[in-house]
Amino acid sequence: MLPNIDYRELPRAAQRLMARSQFDEATTLPRRSFLKLAGVGGLALGAFPHLAMAEAAVGQAASALKPTEQPSAFVQIASNGEVTVTINRLEFGQGVQTALPMILAEELDADWSLVRSRHGSNDAAYLDPRYGIHITGGSNSIKNSFTQYRELGARARAMLLGAAAARWNVDVATLRTEAGAVLGPGGRKLAYGELAEAAMALPVPEKVTLKDPKDFRIIGRPTPRLDARAKSSGRQDFGIDIRLPGQLTAVVARPPVFGARLASVDDGAARAVKGVKAVLRVPLDRGAEGVAVVADGYWQATQGRDALKLQWDTSAVEKVDSERQLAEYRELAARPGPRKLDADMTPLGTAPRQLEAEFVFPYLAHAAMEPLNCTVALTEGRAELWVGSQSAGLDAAAAAGVLDLKPEQVVVQVQMAGGGFGRRFSSTSDIVVEACAIAKAARAAGLNAPLRTLWSREDDMRGGFYRPMHLHRARIGFDEQGKVLAWDHVIVGQSITTGSVFEQFQVKNGIDATATEGMRDPYPLPMRLTVHHPKLNVPVLWWRSVGSTHTAFVMETLLDEIARATKQDPVAYRMDLFGDRHPRHRAALQLAVDKSGYGKQPLPAGRAWGVAVHESFQSVVAYVVEASMKDRQPILHRVTAGVHCNLAVNPRTVEAQVQGAAIMGLSMCLPGSAITLKDGIVEQSNFGDYTVARITDVPEFDIHIVPSAEPPTGMGEPGLPPLAPAFANAIAQLTGKPLRQLPFNLA
Amino acid sequence: MKLNVNDREVVIDADPAMPVLWALRDIIGLTGTKFGCGVAQCGACTVHLDGEAVRSCITPISDAAGKKLTTIEAATDGTDRIGAAVHAAWLKHDVAQCGYCQSGQIMSAVAFLKSLPPGQQPTPDKIDAAMAGNICRCGTYARIRAAVADAARTLA
Repeated sequence: MLPNIDYRELPRAAQRLMARSQFDEATTLPRRSFLKLAGVGGLALGAFPHLAMAEAAVGQAASALKPTEQPSAFVQIASNGEVTVTINRLEFGQGVQTALPMILAEELDADWSLVRSRHGSNDAAYLDPRYGIHITGGSNSIKNSFTQYRELGARARAMLLGAAAARWNVDVATLRTEAGAVLGPGGRKLAYGELAEAAMALPVPEKVTLKDPKDFRIIGRPTPRLDARAKSSGRQDFGIDIRLPGQLTAVVARPPVFGARLASVDDGAARAVKGVKAVLRVPLDRGAEGVAVVADGYWQATQGRDALKLQWDTSAVEKVDSERQLAEYRELAARPGPRKLDADMTPLGTAPRQLEAEFVFPYLAHAAMEPLNCTVALTEGRAELWVGSQSAGLDAAAAAGVLDLKPEQVVVQVQMAGGGFGRRFSSTSDIVVEACAIAKAARAAGLNAPLRTLWSREDDMRGGFYRPMHLHRARIGFDEQGKVLAWDHVIVGQSITTGSVFEQFQVKNGIDATATEGMRDPYPLPMRLTVHHPKLNVPVLWWRSVGSTHTAFVMETLLDEIARATKQDPVAYRMDLFGDRHPRHRAALQLAVDKSGYGKQPLPAGRAWGVAVHESFQSVVAYVVEASMKDRQPILHRVTAGVHCNLAVNPRTVEAQVQGAAIMGLSMCLPGSAITLKDGIVEQSNFGDYTVARITDVPEFDIHIVPSAEPPTGMGEPGLPPLAPAFANAIAQLTGKPLRQLPFNLA
Repeated sequence: MKLNVNDREVVIDADPAMPVLWALRDIIGLTGTKFGCGVAQCGACTVHLDGEAVRSCITPISDAAGKKLTTIEAATDGTDRIGAAVHAAWLKHDVAQCGYCQSGQIMSAVAFLKSLPPGQQPTPDKIDAAMAGNICRCGTYARIRAAVADAARTLA
């Protein structure tokens, strides 16, 4: 999600962002506390410092260690030996809830059968140790916290050893640890549970020695998820399942067009619905207005909402129309604009072979299975939020702004989330801001109860924050050997990081790096890349694998087309371009080729191979797929993957992430996988008119990981980008016609 | 309204038109059954009514009166042979990712396996057809297929 973060600058950028307020000037939401935040400073930004203070009480403050380095915030060992590891990320399917404890348990020498896991909060301990903000995104969780969690485990282990040495009155050098126990001379043994209390009173060592990776017992071993049992029996609580005494539920009537305000409200019938407690006019994200219906439960609230008679004033707001938008994007593509890459295009005129192509990608909704929700409990001078948040600190600061509180008066309890794919980190904290605005209005109306704001599926599907629509245009000159002589490329699409905490790193020279990530590299191609970022009122956001959702498709299908046009094998063609400078790409592709039988094993009649390889978030995934056409519809039969993510902490999760990301990539190809607008109104509303892959769409998988001992890179996203182009390349092989649109258009 | 939920008699004060989903979640406090779409398109809310898989988000509680309602909590508590086999297969194959849809997936799988004649092993196509009404946005489908087939084998 974030190609160009300067992690030293990110906390300051977050401060500036909050200082200038995340709210539209038109709203009446207070902004005073955002300004106050500037005084909080440094890494404690947006955090609730109770844990840091607790640590001071047990003498840890004397240490030079940051909160992110203090074991007490991350590992608790109960007297029965249970080890509970707190994760500094949101678990929403990607498996960090298991992988982070694995990393810590490795260096702790824990008994894995006694390891548990829990979520953190917006406490300073749970900042990303490199970026200095609370963040789950960019496939960074394992990459950025690998060393952090190893050191945390090693520190806790050193303290346990110290406690045992004191207990037995022996030199610590005579002791060793194994599976949750300290072993001493003469067969002495003390379980961690017996030592934990004494150990936690000891000073925290700053320097620790980490294991040699060849001694890993837990890291690298395919490990079942810690949450598997709860998630296979209905016993896992998600944010939506929080039930506090007296809790009420709110649903919001949102404007039909982004940013519209109310012209009139007749709420007589809504107030008469049994169970409805209040009907509140509330400010919404981006200067819009809405009506919140607060009731005993969700169903009563929706009954109330259905009974509202509302008139909207849409006269002053932009009404985007997808067809007109495409025509405008085409016009824009023909104009000069800022250039990300600027190779000499002279050879275009004289190149022996020419290729011109236009690609269109629609808006896409994240459509996570758990509908968006946030529960807020307000008491005097304090707010507690329960929300599946990818950005607990920024969300807390935004909540403080709405509620007229200081950031340290807001606690965000991060909840297990039912998917997210980027939607649970919005640039405006819209989910949390709206829930807090409603809770504040409800309290002002005399309702002193915890309030859960819950979105319907329709609210989510029509609520914006989409992967932006994009138009790509390419004009390529190449020779008979397939050597590209000049590649003139244009991208048109909204910028997703403008207005977000990442703007100052991602937007340079008017070009948002997230729109161009995945273009050209690693191929040594002479490319001129022009980028246009039109401004529209449709909210846009990162969406699993971000820019690579479209750039990988463009690059990998065009290169395949050049290979086909010059009668070259698409694998050999790519290998030649990688040369010896991209060994990870080569290794991933070769593994997929070898395991698939590509080029060796004959395919059943009517099937064709398709190949694509793409690096995103520093991991490389190569797919070799088998596809066919049936009744004029493309069918994906088999996917063989070669994955290079350096050391795979939990290979079983890596396999799951590749399968899942590939299926999300497959979804992009299916008819109906598009968000479109007509006269400002989103035309889709639910899973009936917005397609996501079902089990009947799904191929067989065979996933292989390139062995490596290098520090891990992330795997939440990189499995997505190469799926659609590999599938498209196989279909183009069969039909002779390239696919240049997602979802696939075979017309 | 009187309901039989997981072999327990439950009396609730609610509009008979209220969907079973919201009676379970907001009134009875059984939150294992999930809200996904509200219009019977995703299957996250699947429960059993007299053993049949139904979408609780569009089933009014008046339709459940006089019938036996079974939710994920009871189906996987070890007392039901088929539910226990499916639960075990889900663990063995580490199916869940975010896990949100899995209650519904498991309830569909259990109802499907209960519907098979004794000893019959389902074909891959039959498994797909039985599970086609349940969306998993994380894309756990490959493991769902393997787990359903495995559960069927252990029950043979």
